[in-house]
Order: sequence, then C-alpha cells, then structure tokens
Amino acid sequence: MAQSATIPAKGGSGGPGAVGKSLTVGELGLGLAAVLMAFFSIYVAAKAYTPEYAFHAYVFAAASIAAVFAIGNRYMNRDAAPPAQFIDGKPNYNYGPIKFSTLISLFWGVAGFLVGLIIALQLAFPAMNFDLPWISFGRLRPLHTSAVIFAFGGNVLLATSFYVVQRTCRTRLAGDLAPWFVVLGYNLFIVIAGTGYLLGITQGKEYAEPEWYSDLWLTVVWVVYLLVFLATIWKREEPHIYVANWFYIAFIVTIAVLHLVNNTTVPVSIFSPKSYIVWSGVQDAMVQWWYGHNAVGFFLTAGFLAIMYYFVPKQAGRPVYSYRLSIIHFWALIFMYIWAGPHHLHYTALPDWAQTLGMVFSIMLWMPSWGGMINGLMTLSGAWDKLRTDPVLRMLVVSIAFYGMSTFEGPLMSVKVVNSLSHYTDWTIGHVHSGALGWVGFVSFGAIYCLVPWLWGRKGLYSLKLVNWHFWVSTIGIVVYITSMWVAGILQGLMWRAYTALGFLEYSFIETVDAMHPFYIIRAIGGGLFLAGTLIMVWNIYKTIASPEPAESPLGNPSLVPAE
Amino acid sequence: MSSTNPNVKMVDSHTGTATTGHEWDGIQELNTPLPRWWLVILYATIVWSVGYVFVYPAIPMISSFTQGMFGWSSRGDVASELNALKALRGPMVSALGGASLADIERDPKLLTFARAQGKAAFGDNCAPCHGAGGGGSKGFANLNDDDWLWGGKAEDIQQTIAFGIRSGHPKGREGSMPAFGRDGILKSAEVSQVADFVRSLSGLSTEASFDKAAGAKIFEENCAACHGSDGKGNVETGAPNLTDKIWLWSSDKATIVEGLTNGRGNVMPAWVDRLDDTTIKALTVYVHTLGGGK
Amino acid sequence: MSLWQKHAIFEKNSIILIIGVLVMISIGGLVEILPLFYLKSTIEKVEGLRPYTPLELAGRNIYVREGCYTCHSQMIRSLRDEVERYGHYSLAAESMYDHPFQWGSKRNGPDLARVGAKYSDEWHRQHLADPRSLVPGSIMPSYPWLAKTELDVSHLGEDMNVLALEGTPYTADMITKAAADAKAQASDEDPGDLAARYPKVIARNFDGRPGAVTEADALIAYLQMLGTLVDFKIYDDKANLR
Ligand code: HEC
Ligand code: HEC
Ligand code: HEC
Ligand code: HEM
Ligand code: HEM
Ligand SMILES: [Ca+2]
Ligand SMILES: [Ca+2]
Ligand SMILES: [Cu+2]
Repeated sequence: MAQSATIPAKGGSGGPGAVGKSLTVGELGLGLAAVLMAFFSIYVAAKAYTPEYAFHAYVFAAASIAAVFAIGNRYMNRDAAPPAQFIDGKPNYNYGPIKFSTLISLFWGVAGFLVGLIIALQLAFPAMNFDLPWISFGRLRPLHTSAVIFAFGGNVLLATSFYVVQRTCRTRLAGDLAPWFVVLGYNLFIVIAGTGYLLGITQGKEYAEPEWYSDLWLTVVWVVYLLVFLATIWKREEPHIYVANWFYIAFIVTIAVLHLVNNTTVPVSIFSPKSYIVWSGVQDAMVQWWYGHNAVGFFLTAGFLAIMYYFVPKQAGRPVYSYRLSIIHFWALIFMYIWAGPHHLHYTALPDWAQTLGMVFSIMLWMPSWGGMINGLMTLSGAWDKLRTDPVLRMLVVSIAFYGMSTFEGPLMSVKVVNSLSHYTDWTIGHVHSGALGWVGFVSFGAIYCLVPWLWGRKGLYSLKLVNWHFWVSTIGIVVYITSMWVAGILQGLMWRAYTALGFLEYSFIETVDAMHPFYIIRAIGGGLFLAGTLIMVWNIYKTIASPEPAESPLGNPSLVPAE
Repeated sequence: MSSTNPNVKMVDSHTGTATTGHEWDGIQELNTPLPRWWLVILYATIVWSVGYVFVYPAIPMISSFTQGMFGWSSRGDVASELNALKALRGPMVSALGGASLADIERDPKLLTFARAQGKAAFGDNCAPCHGAGGGGSKGFANLNDDDWLWGGKAEDIQQTIAFGIRSGHPKGREGSMPAFGRDGILKSAEVSQVADFVRSLSGLSTEASFDKAAGAKIFEENCAACHGSDGKGNVETGAPNLTDKIWLWSSDKATIVEGLTNGRGNVMPAWVDRLDDTTIKALTVYVHTLGGGK
Repeated sequence: MSLWQKHAIFEKNSIILIIGVLVMISIGGLVEILPLFYLKSTIEKVEGLRPYTPLELAGRNIYVREGCYTCHSQMIRSLRDEVERYGHYSLAAESMYDHPFQWGSKRNGPDLARVGAKYSDEWHRQHLADPRSLVPGSIMPSYPWLAKTELDVSHLGEDMNVLALEGTPYTADMITKAAADAKAQASDEDPGDLAARYPKVIARNFDGRPGAVTEADALIAYLQMLGTLVDFKIYDDKANLR
C-alpha cells in the first residue's frame, strides 16, 4: 500500500547492494511495530497469570522478532525500485502470498481431517483419549472445527481471493508488504488459536473459541485484508466488478461484523488469557447463533461461491449461466441468511417469535441458495462431456451438487417439527459434513488443482489419474460418512422420544449411546477414506511442483463467436 | 487479453443466448433470464412464510410481539402434551397411588405397569450408580441379590429410595463406618489383623502373620457394635454382613484396609424432591422384584 | 433490460457495493437481537436465582476449558420426552448469569441442565476420573487430572470484578472475599456467613480430599448446583408462555 512513499534508509543499514535503496514506509512502520510488539510480548510473558498464556506471549514475541528479520532480509535482497505494476503491458501479478496460502491450506487440511478422524475414533473407542488433557475430545473437537474451517478453508479463501481479484481486475495485488502481512498474520492467528485449544484456552463459544487476544490480532489482520482487497479493486483495469468479487466482499465485510459482535469480551487482565463475553444467557445464545449460522453463510457459503464463480467457468471454458440470477441470488442470499440463526435454537428458552423468524427465513433461503447451484451447474451446459475426461471439473461439479443437497437439507431441518428430532443428534453432524466435505472440501480441492499449475507455471498437473483416484476415494468416503450419520442421527432422535405402549420412555440415554457405536465406526472409515484421498492430492501437488515436465495436456477453449 | 468492447454483444454458440458483453480473465456471462420454476418456488416459499408469520408468534414490537392467530406457544404446547400423557396413564397411575406395595405385587396388571414405569425411571436415574441391570459396582450396592444393607422388604426399599442414604435429607438413612486408621483408633498393624479376620469370616485366605485371636479381639471391641459379634451385619446401621461372600466394596485385603483406614459411607441421593410419589412407588416395586426381594 | 442495468452502480463502485451489503445484513440481525434486550417477556420472573459463588464460577470455567459443552447440552427443550427425561424445560432466567451461555448443540452425553443434586460427590469424583468404572458403555473421556490439580483461587476476585462490570450483581464485599469464599465452600468446616452472600449454597469437601482445594472441588460444586436454584413449586408456567 505504501510503496510510493519512501524515506531514506538509515546510514549503514544497507549493504553494498543497497546503494540508492530506501526503506519504504511499510517496511519501517511494520518493522517498528514488530519491535514494539516483541518487547510488549516479553513483558506480558513475564507477568502472565498462567504458563499457557506466557507461552502464547512468547509465540507473539518470536513471531515479531522473525518479522523484523524477515523485513531486514527482504530489504537487503530486494531491488531499489518497487516491483513493476506492468511488464510488457501485462499486469505483473503478485503470486508469492498466494503460493504460501495454497500450500499451507493443504497442510492444515491434512491436520484438520486427521484430528477429525481422531475425534471420530474417540467417540467409537473412548480409550483413544489416552487420559491426557491436551488431546481429550472436548479440546480436540474445537481444534478440528477451527482447523478445517478457519485454517484449511480460510487459507483457501485467502489464496483464491488474492488470485481472483488480481486476475479479474487485471491489476497487481495492492500493497507491498500488506498481502504478506495478511497471510502470515492470519496463520499466526491459527497457530495461537489451535495451540490454545490444546492448552485449554477457549471462550467456549462454538466456532468463536479463540480468546480475546487472538480475536484482537485477527481483527487487525482482517482489516488489512479488507483494505488490500478493496485497494486492488480500486485500481482495476476492468469497468465492472466481477460477481466472484461481490461474494468475496460480502464474505470479508460480514465476517468482520460477526466477529466483532460475537467476541465483545472484557479480559480479566492483560496478563490473563481469560475474558468474559458481555452478552449472557439467552441474548448470548442469539448473538452466538446469529454468528454461527452466518459463519456458515458467509465463510463456508459466500466465500466458496466466489471460488465457484471463478474456477467453474474457467475450468469448463464456458460463460457463467445467468448474470441476472447472479444478481438476484446474491442479494437475496445475503439478506436472508442473516435471519436464519434461530433455527439453531428451536424449542429452547429463546422466545417463540424469534424461532419463527429463524424458521421462515431458512425456508425462504432455499431458492437463493439454489440460485448459486443453478449458476454453477448450468455453466457446464455445452461442456458436460468434459466431465468424462477432466476429473478436476468433475470434482467442482460434484461439490456444487453437494452444495445443492445440503442447502435443501438445511431448510428442511429448520422446520420446527423436523428440528425437534434432528437437533442435538448426529443428523446435524451428517448435514454439516455433506456441506463441509462435499461442498467446501471438494470446491477447495478443485480450485487448488487449478491454481497450482497456474501459479507455478506448469502446463498441467503431475497426474490426472491420481486426481481421479482422489475423487473416487474421497467421494466414497463422503457418502459413507454422511449416510452413517443420517441413520445414526435419526435413530438417536427416534430412540430419545420413543414411548412404550404404556406411555413411558422406552430407552435410557446410555442405550442410545450404545446404539451409536457401529455408526461411529463406519463414520471413522468414511473419514479415513476422505483423508486418504487428500493425501493422494498432496502427493500429486508435490510432484506437480517438483517436476516441471507436465504429464498430461491442458484443456480446451471457450466456444464463443461474435453475434450475428 | 483485453476486455471486450461492451458495444459488441456476443452470442454463445451453444445456447444461442447473448452475453452481457463483459469479460474478466476470459470469463463471460450469459444474460439468461431467471428460470421460471426457480422463481415460482421462491415466491411460494415467501407466500407460505407470510402466512406462517400471521399464524404463529413472530414479529417483535415495542413492548410485546405478535402472538399469532391461535395464541400458540411451544411452552403451552408441551404442557398439553404432558397432560395428554397424564390422561393416558391416569387410571393406572391412580390405581397405583391407591394400592399398597403388597397389593401391587399381587395384581399382575398393576405389577406390569409399575415395573414398566420403574424400568423407565431406573435407566436414567439409578443405572448410572447401580448399573443397567441393577448389578451395582464397587461401593454402589447390588440391587438384585439377596443381601440388603438397609432391609429388603418393599417398605424398606421405598424408604431408602425416597430419602436416600447419608443423603443429607433429614429422613435419610444415617450411619457410616469410622475411619479407624486415619483417626488413630487402630494402629496399622491392628488394621491389618482385623482385615485378615474379616476375610477369615467368609473363609478367605489370610496372611502368615495373621493371629486369629488377636483379630477377633479387635473385631469384638471395635466392630461388633455395628456388624454384630457374629459379623452378620445390621440393617439398622447399614453395616453389611461380612460373612456371606457378598461384598459392597471388595474382598481383597487392600480394599478392606483402605476402608478401615479412611472409613466407609457412600451416599445414595434422596429422590422425593426429584421424582413424584408414584414413580418412587413404581421404582420400589421394580427394585423389589429385580431378583432378590425379601 | 432497464432494471438489470441499474445494478451496474454496485458493479462499478465498491463502496456502494459495501454499503449495500451492510444494509442487507443489518436488518435481520437488528430485528432479532435488539428486542431480546428490551422485551420484558424475554427473561421469566423467577424466585431463587443468584450469581455463581466463586467456587462454582471457577468450576464453570473448568467446564468451559475442558469443552464439556461439545458433548453436553444445558438446555432442556420444551418437548415432552425431554421434560420427562430431564425435568422442567430450561428457562431463559436460569442462564441469565452465564457468560458465555453453555446450552450446547450436540448431545453425545445427556443434558446436564438439572444434574445438580442428582448424584453424590463420590459418584462425580469417580465418574470424572474414570467414567467407564461406573457406566461401562460410556464414551466420555476420563479427567483424572482434575482431582490432582490444585485450584488457583488467586484471581477469582478479578474475574468477578469483570462480571460485575458486565451486570452480574456481585458486591464489593463478595469480590474482596472471593478467594476465601472459594476455599470455605470446598471444605467441611463451617463456611461462616457464606450463605448470607449466596443463598442455598452447598458447602462441603466435594473432592473428598481433606485440606486441598482442587479443580475437582470446583467442577463438582458447579455440577451439583446446576438447575437447583429456581423453585419450580412456586414458578408460574402460565405467566411465562412466550
Ligand atoms: C449417586 C449414586 C446413586 C444413585 C443415582 C442411586 N443410588 Fe441407590 N444407592 C447408592 C449407594 C452408594 C447405595 C449404598 C449405600 C450404602 O453403602 O449404604 C445405594 C443403595 C440403594 C438401595 C439399598 C440397597 C440395600 O442393599 O439396602 C436401594 C434400594 C437403592 N439404592 C435404590 C436406588 C434407586 C431405585 C435409585 C434411582 C431412583 C437409586 N438407588 C439411585 C447410590 C445411588
Ligand atoms: C459405626 C458403625 C460401624 C463400625 C463400628 C464398623 N463398621 Fe464396618 N461398615 C459399616 C457400614 C455402615 C458399612 C457400609 C459402608 C458403605 O455403605 O459404604 C461398613 C462396611 C464395612 C466393610 C465393607 C463390606 C463390603 O461388603 O465391602 C468392611 C470389610 C467392614 N465394614 C469391616 C469393619 C471392621 C473390621 C470394623 C471394625 C474395625 C468395622 N467395620 C466397624 C459400619 C460400621
Ligand atoms: C465425548 C463426549 C463427552 C465429553 C467430552 C464429556 N462427557 Fe460427560 N458424558 C458423556 C456420556 C456419553 C455420558 C453418559 C454416560 C455416563 O454417564 O458416563 C456422560 C455423562 C455425564 C454426566 C452424568 C449425567 C447424567 O445425568 O447421567 C455428567 C455429570 C457429566 N457427563 C459431566 C461431564 C463433564 C463435567 C465433562 C467435562 C469435564 C464431560 N462430562 C465431558 C460424554 C461426554
Ligand atoms: C476426515 C474428515 C473428517 C472427519 C473424520 C470429521 C469428523 C468429525 C467429528 C467426529 C466431529 C464431531 C461430531 C460429534 O460431536 O458428534 C466433527 C464435527 C465437525 N466437523 Fe468434521 N470431520 C471431517 C472433516 C471436516 C471438514 C472438511 C469440515 C469443514 C470444512 C468439518 C467440519 C466440522 C464441523 C463444523 C463440526 C461441528 C459440527 C457441529 O457442532 O454440529 N469436518 N467432525
Ligand atoms: C439454506 C442453507 C442452510 C440451512 C437453512 C441450514 C440449516 C441448518 C440447520 C437447521 C442446522 C441444525 C441446527 C441445530 O439443530 O442445531 C444446521 C446446522 C449446521 N449447518 Fe446448515 N444449513 C444450510 C446450509 C449449510 C451449508 C452449505 C453448510 C456447510 C458448508 C452448513 C453447515 C452447518 C453447520 C456447520 C451446522 C452445525 C452448527 C452447530 O450446531 O454447530 N449448513 N444448518
Ligand atoms: Ca473469540
Ligand atoms: Ca455444534
Ligand atoms: Cu444455521
């Protein structure tokens, strides 16, 4: 952002190669901030109330010191002039931070799926908790949800949004250090949040478990993210903002609002990791599920729809099906999603009126959601035959099908009578994972398969055959996972409410726990397959990057002719 | 690649639909109208929702909210469901309430009903301590053998369930075993002797150093008051029978020594404030007929 | 043609697009959240509710820390089978001092909203240390470290101070006595005037270890009071339909 404003370098700070070089405002400012942060962190660590918190303070200190060195190192090695905006009339796209986010998303993905597999096994075989605090189910489960949603999903969103916004604006990513600050800062947040769960630092609010200091850090990172994204749009070479970017903007802005309101906490002290949220009881519940549902709506839906809107037409080589549908379903989706939170609180102590609103808006949300599905699937008309030969496209298309399925199931589960059965049961878990594995997972994999050859300048992937294997192994895994959870959930719900002919509850709670055992084993197998597929992908990506020779040729071109 | 001139409209050869004329990184958009079926369903859900909002409580106002047409509420709803259940069980429940425990066990219909109700209540309230089949576990009484700490007649059992054991309820059963070792009443060698003596009562092996006369003396002086001179126990104080090979805790010496050192006296909660009278009656019958009733 | 072209304003100006997004996402949130703060019917009128004692608060924080909410709900829904299995459906009032709420969203284990006074301390002790020793089919993890870890009571006053700031009716007296009160509640000795500050408080040596105040003391104290405060014999169901 600050590459234009420069100030002279301090005497002696540059080597021989640094003649005529000067520190940018960004370098100087960020460097100073990191130095201050390092001192402050060490001070906090020294006075921390708990060793866990001191550990986190040291992590911040180490990250700050590393940042100072990285900035210094960069300064030594870079050219005196800022990177060119255009080279030979073509935008000089900035891919560094994108490459980083892409690769680390795979790392977090594997870690998050592995932890998912472990907690699945813990529910089937509780001995897998090993009587250790750090890896007991209650601490690993939030680690799983955060690792897959925020670490895996979040990095995919960072990578694709920085890629898509540059390409569709035909301009270099705004900012010089800022994009790096965003991706590295975000991953620092992930490290703090994740290690915190293992150490027992949590706010106890689902999907918003990180404590106050992680939240503050994320806020800083997120504001810079928004600015980088917007500044890139501001210097675009295209007259219009592409639909993918509407969705990215809705995602970034809304997540910021949700994050701030659901994390309004007062820390016990700056030396304590503990804070208390200002909301309480029923109001906290409403705020939480307004947040929680819209984390689904804007992180897992709007963000990934943006991915769909770029990668599907690109990979299919076809125009987006309907511009008008884009408009209507975009505005309807963001308007209606916000209302649907109370479907997580049916029959609870939340007043009935709010439950009613949550339910009706969930049902009205069905078609706006399917608008995205139609626009994605119908973009393939004229290119359906490619599904036979292109497993990456097949992955993207199946992800859209899962999106359609879970956004049909969601409104169904929002109906109060249905929810009275499904709530608290594994049916919810089945629903979550049809959306999470099928939609979020597959659309991300598809996007990464596209991105890697583009970013690293390879003609294609190392092996399409391996993509095919990944596709089938993981698809079978998903089907096994979600069908077992549907059966388990419905069985569980029916057993909880079963009455004998004489009018008494038929099953005790523990009998329903016993009944889940076989399904938990089957689910773990499904999860294991999904993970196995991902490992195949990691190998394929590694080989693609490591071996510059393309194995198979890239795909065809769009079929557009001028109007008559 | 530069963006297409917006004035030159393109038509997609496959669908014959015009594009919007823009292009981003090679991606174009068709100007396809909204699918008719999609719009129809969207409108239908909106119409349905408006109707639903009229019928049910929905819109928050300044000091209240719209109540809906029929005054429905989920709390009102569950109240009437529970009343319906009461009506279904009603005749049997009042018969149960009126009958004595002995009558219930004589009348097959009442017995079946009481056992069904008892079983339902047992699973979620008692099984966590006494086990799903009433078999108990270390320190938590077995309910299907013939050995009763506090008396095995139906009335005794009812009393135990309603008010508990060492439950803190004023009517609860009281009496626990002192901490002989911890409180310095017995030295550890004496504890060991009397522990062996207790094991000898039910014919279990003893250690080489065991002196039966010494053990018997310690027992008579310290234990007989509760467990009886013959060690057969006492239902007034809940002191178990030590001769019958049935153990509340365990027969191994370490456990016995542990109990003698730190005392014993596990708590069974009182249920009068949580379960209603017929449920407690039904539970009594259920427990009494589990296998070992007196 | 006409109307569709008007949309270009959002496509050409990112600030207008953002304003549009903000307007769209504000309406639903405001309509659903704000009334919960001003509508009197939101929180029922009940007798007997009080804020957590320092020891219970510490126990609650351990409950949060260990992630018990990932398996246990604390929200009995107003459905027939739930009321029969767990007791009276949960009221909004019962969690009014809960920062954060712990209603949960998944029941891998049973609801705990009314588990207070249902079992003995000894049972909880043993159950937390090794659930399968009592319930063979249980899938709950063991928490053997709780009974071995001494409770840190030194900052409880600061915690209560923050909660007071957020509206919990803790008095200055309660806050200064926080650490002492926590210790007093976890012992079998006479707790003095603890009950004057916290009516219906249960004070005893929850973890069975004389002298030591452990995390098990705090957690069991919390579990043993869950759902016991509101007196349902005098609570008026009909007055609180909403
Ligand atoms: C917190 C654990 C716990 C729960 C829950 C519990 N009990 Fe008990 N119960 C005990 C213990 C411990 C004893 C033995 C007390 C003793 O050592 O004297 C006992 C004893 C009894 C006895 C007396 C046994 C005898 O030999 O005299 C009966 C009968 C009984 N329980 C029935 C029930 C029923 C019915 C329920 C459910 C409504 C129930 N209990 C729930 C812990 C429990
Ligand atoms: C004040 C009464 C009292 C005295 C004195 C007493 N006991 Fe006990 N004893 C009990 C009670 C009550 C129990 C059952 C405790 C429970 O429910 O957990 C018991 C339990 C036991 C048990 C465990 C039985 C089992 O089935 O696991 C043993 C062994 C035992 N006592 C031995 C002794 C010996 C030896 C002495 C003397 C040194 C003694 N008791 C003195 C009341 C007493
Ligand atoms: C992996 C899931 C899981 C986690 C995590 C878990 N529990 Fe449980 N819990 C269960 C299951 C299953 C049961 C029912 C079987 C049993 O009683 O052990 C249960 C039962 C209970 C009960 C008895 C409830 C009743 O009414 O019978 C209590 C109390 C309890 N848990 C407390 C806790 C506390 C406190 C924590 C956290 C420190 C915790 N649980 C963490 C699964 C879990
Ligand atoms: C190998 C693959 C995976 C396995 C084995 C797995 C397993 C699990 C398990 C066992 C749970 C806890 C369920 C319970 O408490 O009963 C869970 C919860 C969850 N998982 Fe996964 N998971 C996997 C992948 C994913 C992915 C890719 C995502 C998201 C992108 C995801 C998102 C979630 C969420 C949001 C929850 C919480 C659901 C709720 O609270 O209702 N999971 N997962
Ligand atoms: C129209 C769209 C959707 C609607 C109306 C909807 C509705 C619902 C409902 C009713 C629940 C159950 C709440 C409960 O009983 O506790 C739920 C849970 C959930 N859904 Fe959806 N859903 C939709 C789409 C999606 C998609 C696409 C995803 C994922 C990518 C998703 C992820 C989740 C998650 C993670 C939960 C679990 C929340 C929790 O309890 O922790 N949903 N959804
Ligand atoms: Ca937070
Ligand atoms: Ca959940
Ligand atoms: Cu939702």
